[in-house]
Amino acid sequence: MTETFNPRDWSGQPSYIAPDYKSTPLRGPTKPLIPLPPSLSELTGPVYGQDSVTGDDADLTRNGRRNGEPLGERIIVTGRVLDEDERPLPNTLLEIWQANAAGRYIHQTDQHDAPIDPNFFGGGRCVTDAQGHYRFLSVKPGAYPWPNHHNAWRPNHIHFSLFGPSFVTRLVTQMYFPGDPLLDLDPIFLATPAATRDLLIATFSLDVTEPSYALGYVFDIVLRGRRATPMEA
Amino acid sequence: MTKLRQTPSQTVGPYFAYGLSPNQYGYQQNLTGIAGSQMAEGDVDGQRIRVEGRVFDGAGNPISDALIEVWQADSLGRYAHPADPRGSNNTFKGFGRCGTGTDPRHRFWFDTIKPGKVSDDQAPHLNVIVTMRGMLLHAFTRVYFADEAAANAADKVLNAVPAERRGTLIATHQGGNVYRFDIHMQGDSETVFFDA
Repeated sequence: MTETFNPRDWSGQPSYIAPDYKSTPLRGPTKPLIPLPPSLSELTGPVYGQDSVTGDDADLTRNGRRNGEPLGERIIVTGRVLDEDERPLPNTLLEIWQANAAGRYIHQTDQHDAPIDPNFFGGGRCVTDAQGHYRFLSVKPGAYPWPNHHNAWRPNHIHFSLFGPSFVTRLVTQMYFPGDPLLDLDPIFLATPAATRDLLIATFSLDVTEPSYALGYVFDIVLRGRRATPMEA
Repeated sequence: MTKLRQTPSQTVGPYFAYGLSPNQYGYQQNLTGIAGSQMAEGDVDGQRIRVEGRVFDGAGNPISDALIEVWQADSLGRYAHPADPRGSNNTFKGFGRCGTGTDPRHRFWFDTIKPGKVSDDQAPHLNVIVTMRGMLLHAFTRVYFADEAAANAADKVLNAVPAERRGTLIATHQGGNVYRFDIHMQGDSETVFFDA
């Protein structure tokens, strides 16, 4: 027997083509995917641990400062990175990026007419500890309009990117906030099957909230687990 | 049955660059990128190559907001990862990342080394992740090399691909040390994507 990774949970993933998200029909693959038998190429993957994080990388209220604090509601975003068997994944890199409190990205191609915050950058990263915990400090990102359809607005969200233990456990996703009325109108969120949508929404936590300082949100992330499979002949 | 369900994927969106590829896009004053196009530095062993290409949508237009990631073995076919018991050149990390938004023609490029054979049944290849605005989950593909015909003919993955589509996985040799690998998301020449 050899150890490989569980397949993608296709029933819980959005489809490549989701017509209401109008960029997908010309960009998603249309031919059937070819099964790839696991080899070392899939059982290994990029290794980025503690040495990939320095200084204020995990504190987005600090890593873009020029002459003061960024504007907005301070938030703590924390949680665990786990596999499907609830095993914590330690020393796992998380990369995040988000809009500022006004709903504007620092990226030069973002032309939304909302102010850039001179003290907010919006990108950061951190690494999970031995129990799989991670923690970011930031400000709550604003909603922003996008050209998908008339009066389309993206719900507040933070982008997350993880490698996990191998090339096939890679995950790029978005974390949303509880109670956001835009969620029910967002074709990107709604492209996710109903059964797994809630996995994308963080939970507000008074325990994580720090008095007189910042609101706390918990967002756990689950990557593909391991399984034993017969060795290939 | 597993205890927990996998977190669903969502699109990387159009503004990934300052979070994932800050050096390439000029944001390194705030965040230093973990990886870029320059994968082979210093005195890493191996034949220096450049792999470059463009990503085309279903209308044949080059895509300016795609992110391409590459994972590869060293010149002796060893991965810099604990699951590869053979160990690797400790200075070659094997990972590269390039967005298509900084080149005027929307090319991605990787300056790297040609990987060795991971095993006898696999030809030299790069493992590739393709993602972009308009993709709700990333796609896996591979880059093989046109000048490795014998090894390609014995490759178990290529042999599992219908013959008429194999060519989409093979980078053409452009002369010198440059290989070209264009990615077609759709159409008659749609690149083979894998369920990895």
